[in-house]
Amino acid sequence: MAAAATAAEQGLRVALIDSGRQLGGQYFRHPAPGLNAPWIAHLHHGWSRFERLATRVETSHRIAVLFERQVWAIEPGFNVLTDRGPIAARNVILATGSYERVVPFPGWDLPGVFTAGGAQALLKGNLVLPGRRVVVAGTGPLLLPVAAGLSVAGANVLGLFEANRVRGYAKHPVPLLKNPAKFLEGVDFARQLLRARVPLRSGRMVVEAQGTDNLEAVVIAHSDGSNRRRIECDALAIGYGLAPQIDLGLTLGCENKLLSDGTVALRVDRSQRTSIRGCYAVGETAGIAGVECSLVEGEIAGLAVAGASPGGPLTPRRDRLRGFADVLRTQHPVPAAWRDHLTPDTLICRCEEVPARAVAEAVEDLGATDARTVKLLTRAGMGWCQGRVCGYAVACLARRDPAEPASAADLLAAAKRPLARPVRLSVLTELDQRNK
Amino acid sequence: MVVIGAGMVGAACAYYLARAGLSVTVVDRGSVSGGTSGAGEGNLLLSDKERGPELDLALRSHQLWRDLNDEGLGPDFEYEAKGGLVVAFAETDFAALQTFAATQRDAGVVTEEVTADRLSEFEPHLAPGLAGGFWYPQDAQVMPALAAARLLRASGAEVRLGTAVTGLQFSDGTVRGVRTTLGEIPAQHVVNAAGLWSGEIAELAGSTLPTQPRRGFVLVTEPLPPLIRHKVYSAAYVSDVSSSDAALQSSAVVEGTPSGPVLIGASRERVGLDRTPSYDALGRLAAQAAELFPFLERVDVQRYYCGFRPYLPDHLPAIGPDPRLSGFFHASGHEGAGIGLAPATGELIAALVAGEKTAVDAEPFNPARFASPQPQEEQR
Repeated sequence: MAAAATAAEQGLRVALIDSGRQLGGQYFRHPAPGLNAPWIAHLHHGWSRFERLATRVETSHRIAVLFERQVWAIEPGFNVLTDRGPIAARNVILATGSYERVVPFPGWDLPGVFTAGGAQALLKGNLVLPGRRVVVAGTGPLLLPVAAGLSVAGANVLGLFEANRVRGYAKHPVPLLKNPAKFLEGVDFARQLLRARVPLRSGRMVVEAQGTDNLEAVVIAHSDGSNRRRIECDALAIGYGLAPQIDLGLTLGCENKLLSDGTVALRVDRSQRTSIRGCYAVGETAGIAGVECSLVEGEIAGLAVAGASPGGPLTPRRDRLRGFADVLRTQHPVPAAWRDHLTPDTLICRCEEVPARAVAEAVEDLGATDARTVKLLTRAGMGWCQGRVCGYAVACLARRDPAEPASAADLLAAAKRPLARPVRLSVLTELDQRNK
Repeated sequence: MVVIGAGMVGAACAYYLARAGLSVTVVDRGSVSGGTSGAGEGNLLLSDKERGPELDLALRSHQLWRDLNDEGLGPDFEYEAKGGLVVAFAETDFAALQTFAATQRDAGVVTEEVTADRLSEFEPHLAPGLAGGFWYPQDAQVMPALAAARLLRASGAEVRLGTAVTGLQFSDGTVRGVRTTLGEIPAQHVVNAAGLWSGEIAELAGSTLPTQPRRGFVLVTEPLPPLIRHKVYSAAYVSDVSSSDAALQSSAVVEGTPSGPVLIGASRERVGLDRTPSYDALGRLAAQAAELFPFLERVDVQRYYCGFRPYLPDHLPAIGPDPRLSGFFHASGHEGAGIGLAPATGELIAALVAGEKTAVDAEPFNPARFASPQPQEEQR
């Protein structure tokens, strides 16, 4: 929205394409008109900012908002290929956000196990709680608002378990002090949770989910498996951070960079330009950095695409927020010990139902030395989600030696999807018609 | 004995060489099935081959694949003797197909004419209005990456992956071993099964193997119930396979898989090793697939992949001794038929290494045909 509004204000004609039905995306996700709940105001931070942005978009006669359109690829030059036909454009701004990173553990495919963001989306978009007694776990700053939101909406949040120790932040005082608002936001969430008597624990992870037909309990432990503790619950919201959704940019040929948390982002310059002329990347696509940074980068790209220079406070503000994001990243890696808790039966790829045993066989016996070959020999990552869920795990498991981190090539492979979305075959046949 | 290349052809060479009692080491600079073997459909076709040496090799391979299946390896790599159906859109195509099939039958291929009214007995969802077709019960399919990996494992060969060959050791015109990024491996015989990179390996011996890549895309649909029973393609595919044109050629080969998705191949382009997506090629494949099976229009394509077939100018593989260096053999350039032709290639190499009589005539595949002067490729 920020990029579209800014570019339109500079006089450009803009097509704003979104797969959803309304403005707001993931962060400003809100229920369809008519759905309401007394606690809804507490779910959103900075709602007035969304309203201002939405007004800028909706009142502009230069912006065509195209909802419920899925972009499955972008041709150079550019031709934006959507599920309802191609759209020609001189410039493209990628603001495709992120998807959640998860790692497998025994029982993670039980009903009742949600991703942290999935639980939040259910709440924000449908006003539905994932369960009554909920455990929130994983790593990263997203866990705080998720737990706070669930609590406000009436769930009994039995604990927030952050896998990493939080004391590492003390080593990075400068970015923290430069971003007091971000820091205080975290403290504010924590205070909210303490008031609601939600236990906050760090250095603990979910090593198992238990239940027969549905989730009945989770087992929390230190990463080495010690101090196991069983907590009965009917929902688990778990996430190990976010990964940039950059498949469109990668297929187009944009250069990328590997970040310290093992995610891959598009490489951009000071004006948000990617290595492909006319293609820009903003927000999470340039590396996970949160909503503030996304909005600023949207403004910067909106100006740059119109040939205006993003003067004033925009660039220093972006740099400051990026500095903070880089610190956050170092503090919330996926604990390498996740591999130790797998059993041979634990599913790695849920779409294709590939167990850990099959992945181990491919790596140890059949000669798979990289993630691509693991995929070829086991089908892991070939299903509906195209490896969004298991890609990171497979990149790690492709290493025979668990002590070795996933290779850059395999992490990149996990981010690549030549078709960003499944596409109806008739949409492809229409492409053939244009050549006749 | 060293085999360079852990793809399908290298695996088959290792398998038959080991079975002949040789001690085999397989080296590859990457993973197993890292090149063409990991990017194809796993076609084991007789139907698309005209009478000649390649068909002889394919017929022998057909028998060997069945033997491997009988030995119990088949289920490990999804061997399916599903049969192929070649269809003609127009009467003239059908007439050409009839002539083509008659010559194949003389060479030993089992084939049966299917009149237009009987096509739906074979494929109930086929488009109406086709002129007719031919049924090839011997056509089969394997999951190619698994086939290479399983055969390699079954060979018992020592496998060194992530090991690139940097040079050949030789003296007195005889090979003595290979130099790799991870040390030297002495050997009395070396087999070049490096596929797309076999030209570079040949150069290490001062020889010429003009292997070139020919790009192809394969569309993969969402998992479906078994709606397509056989391997189905149009008669135009046969002429595409033998063409040397650089421009895009495409004729859809459509087939179901045991795991559910329908595979739609096979475009052919000579564009070097360029992986840039060609939406024209994808569109053409989709349109041709829908011409054969109209219901596919309403199906989601989940992904596609791109691969490169190693081809030689005369469209025949190079199988046999290097003309310059004694003890050095080539097994490469199978283009899009490498999976199908791999077992017979491995068997041929094993026989040539042992100095025994070969199951098929090896002379047409002799790599010496590329010794200078290099033949000019015909222009069309």
